[in-house]
Amino acid sequence: MSSLRMPAPDQAVLARRAEIIAALRAILPSANVIDAQNEMKVYESDAFTAYRQMPMVVALPETTEQVARILRYCSDQKIRVVPRGAGTGLSGGALPLADGITLGLSKLNRVLEIDFNNRAVRVQPGVTNLAITKAVEHAGFYYAPDPSSQIACTIGGNVAENSGGVHCLKYGVTTNNLLGLEVVTLDGEIITLGGKYLDSEPYDLMGLMAGSEGLLGVVTEVTVRILQKPAIARAVLLGFSDNESAGACVSRIIAEGIIPGGLEMMDRPAIHAVEAFVKAGYPLDVEALLIVELDGPSVEVDELLERVLPLARACGAVYERTSSSEAERIKFWAGRKNAFPAIGRLSPDYLCMDGTIPRRALPQVLKRMRELGEHYGLGVANVFHAGDGNLHPLIMYDADKPGELDRAEKFGADILKLCVAVGGVLTGEHGVGIEKRDLMPEMFSEDDLKQQQRVKCAFDPEALLNPGKVFPHLHRCAELGRVHVHRGETRFPDLPRF
Amino acid sequence: MTTFRPANEHELGDCLTHALADKQTLDVRGRGTKRGLGRDMQTDHVLDMSGFSGITLYEPEELILQARAGTPLAEIETALTAHKQELAFEPCDLGPLLRGVAGEGSVGGMFACNLSGPRRIKAGAARDHFLGVTAYSGRAEMFKAGGRVVKNVTGYDLCKLLANSYGTLCVMTDVTVKVLPAAEKTRTVLVFGLDDTAGVAVLTKALASAHEISAAAHLPADVAGRSSVSHVRNAGTSVTAIRVEGPARSVAHRCEALRKLLGAGEELHSQNSKVFWCELRDVHPFVDDPRAVWRISVAPQAGPAVGVALKGLGDVSVFYDWGGGLLWAAMLPGVSPLDIRAEVTAVGGGHAMLVRGDSELRKTIPVFEPQKPALAGLTRRIKDAFDPQRILNPGRLAPDS
Ligand SMILES: Cc1cc2nc3c(=O)[nH]c(=O)nc-3n(C[C@H](O)[C@H](O)[C@H](O)COP(=O)(O)OP(=O)(O)OC[C@H]3O[C@@H](n4cnc5c(N)ncnc54)[C@H](O)[C@@H]3O)c2cc1C
Repeated sequence: MSSLRMPAPDQAVLARRAEIIAALRAILPSANVIDAQNEMKVYESDAFTAYRQMPMVVALPETTEQVARILRYCSDQKIRVVPRGAGTGLSGGALPLADGITLGLSKLNRVLEIDFNNRAVRVQPGVTNLAITKAVEHAGFYYAPDPSSQIACTIGGNVAENSGGVHCLKYGVTTNNLLGLEVVTLDGEIITLGGKYLDSEPYDLMGLMAGSEGLLGVVTEVTVRILQKPAIARAVLLGFSDNESAGACVSRIIAEGIIPGGLEMMDRPAIHAVEAFVKAGYPLDVEALLIVELDGPSVEVDELLERVLPLARACGAVYERTSSSEAERIKFWAGRKNAFPAIGRLSPDYLCMDGTIPRRALPQVLKRMRELGEHYGLGVANVFHAGDGNLHPLIMYDADKPGELDRAEKFGADILKLCVAVGGVLTGEHGVGIEKRDLMPEMFSEDDLKQQQRVKCAFDPEALLNPGKVFPHLHRCAELGRVHVHRGETRFPDLPRF
Repeated sequence: MTTFRPANEHELGDCLTHALADKQTLDVRGRGTKRGLGRDMQTDHVLDMSGFSGITLYEPEELILQARAGTPLAEIETALTAHKQELAFEPCDLGPLLRGVAGEGSVGGMFACNLSGPRRIKAGAARDHFLGVTAYSGRAEMFKAGGRVVKNVTGYDLCKLLANSYGTLCVMTDVTVKVLPAAEKTRTVLVFGLDDTAGVAVLTKALASAHEISAAAHLPADVAGRSSVSHVRNAGTSVTAIRVEGPARSVAHRCEALRKLLGAGEELHSQNSKVFWCELRDVHPFVDDPRAVWRISVAPQAGPAVGVALKGLGDVSVFYDWGGGLLWAAMLPGVSPLDIRAEVTAVGGGHAMLVRGDSELRKTIPVFEPQKPALAGLTRRIKDAFDPQRILNPGRLAPDS
């Protein structure tokens, strides 16, 4: 393990392991409680593989009631729980705890209801993102947020991370596409938030759940809205001889009032890695490549193309190719969507960063990133959700070489600090997890973080649900709850009154 | 009762510290236009945030705008219009409906009440465009959440929690909002003479098409007759309306396709279309109506069943927005909220809120949808997390809130 520390395991709980396993077997079918070391191995990390930890035991419930019984048991017995979907998370959100139960939701994998008239689908949390689209595409519908991991990642994990995708500039991230949730809180209460209708009475707890990284409750049902597929979509590849011009082009398109369905950018190392892996037909002699996807009725797509292409030329595009068939469009995207595995082929290990920056800071950030790469002696490739400023620098390292992980982590931290310094944030879509936990003070003051933790206390006063994630310091709820009054001498002194 | 109008963070902090120390309750206001929303409450003092005013940052190409919480919405809209941008969720101006004037609301108030207009079905609600906030909690502590970029998952999304919190959790000082390009062209396709069920069926058909509908409403004849748009007012029957926005050629093409699909009658072009949807957004049909006004959100298909059932409760007028899922209903104050909410429950759930009622009515009945015990418990603990001494808008949501 490298620098990040997890909460110390509770020896008293570890000593009761056999009893805890037996209790879980009283709630679940025996096979759904996994306690053999070799069988638990697949659960020892998520896709943030730099950190690994065997759980105490893995429980795989099949019903909401089982989830509720397990959580009530954990809350009564003061046992820590880590929810887990498919384990594709990139920030270590599902990293197990040595004294914790890993609660896998993968067996809750049924599509419960498809309601075309209300344009809603209700599913269990273990259903994969892509399976929702698969379930409705025969009727021309789809579920819009499309993380590149969509074949594998679960909708429960998407809710927990508030995941995005390459089409979220126009169609929103997970939270914007949710209608309802069923959530089990640590005390075993089953709570329904929303349904097939819009908005809620105060407070918007569904909005709070999205992106809460499995720290507030376990999601046991999700209702999403589905959309009708656009009539057509066409993608354009635009190559530039420097990052500045590509960045300027993105800004020009948006300033022109065009919000493309997708607006992605790759830098030279990423283009080369991807092209070698996927043969997507990308040009190799450019510094930056944009993929601009326009969708809608064909007259609209034609009109927007007529506007985007001259803009791109005016910004200095040196390469331009418009997809002429659906197959070609999909090929353009296949490159981008396989960027992570493509880097994975070039380097034994890589860290995927996820900061967001104001777009205009892009050239400055990329330049500094190259300097940092030289400083740390590590390669970095960039894929970038350019429309919304979400960067994915992929830092290449070799975990077998002593000190490289350490250097990679420092490099990553420097990049994220840079993102914050230029007015951006630590994470655009992958979550804080453990990966960015200790960087939270870069963005938030002690008071900011305390206020967030008070919200956690409202759900989980004993910090049993996924502790050690998101927050660098765990404060006790009793201490956080105290009201501090620093009263002066007079009552309401010197305030303007009317 | 004193009205405090802090001019800066320092004065606001002082005010809250003293309120906390002396257990004095505050009626938190932006510019006061939505005072009539929510339960009627009695507080010791008023905290007027109109002194926190002005746009502090506007970056059209980054799609963000930052403003002090008391900034008039009208000022923000003027700035956006100059760059052909807008708040895509079409914030409602309930001023006239609540017996005040139009165009006076603040951006903080807009978020605090999460009021979103007809484009809600396509573009999301106010909460979906609320990117960042700086605020003082009821603990008199300043905190911030979110950021100033459009994509961010760093920490809990407290903006969602503050949107729709009606000033009961904290006092916002600064907000960051996502802005979007305004559509080039707008048209509305009208279908006449359908009953509520058939009207919503037409909306459903349109929304299930690939034509990117940006608003879908059904006005029964009595409501349509109140429009200032002559095509609608003089229809002499119900009007079902579907809005299409985008580049000019695309809009013309999609309208054509919709008219074929729906066997539609007429079209409203830019100006009329704009007026028509502003009227629905601001609940104009019920502004001069003496009755109480409710806002009910259900699954879109369930709208007509609720509407028809409500009409059975007495002298009730209803119209539908959000593809059938949002009902605005005018009814006599005597109608029991239990009866109204029973209809919502009967169709599988949703929420009903009394939006306009006199203070007596807002004192006596649950203005917001009552919550089941487990959820109510969580709501209470969230309130404790921000405002444990209950100094901010106490009782605005529920008697013990
Ligand atoms: C190759 C690759 C590409 C990726 N591309 C993208 C992308 O384009 N966009 C993007 O946003 N992300 C992307 N990701 C990240 C990842 O896929 C998402 O974060 C995804 O949502 C995680 O889902 P999961 O089911 O794997 O969750 P896990 O990794 O199992 O868990 C993630 C977090 O959610 C919690 N959790 C899981 N299920 C529940 C539940 N039911 N209730 C409560 N909490 C729960 C866990 O405790 C954990 O904190 C990518 C990952 C990989 C490996």
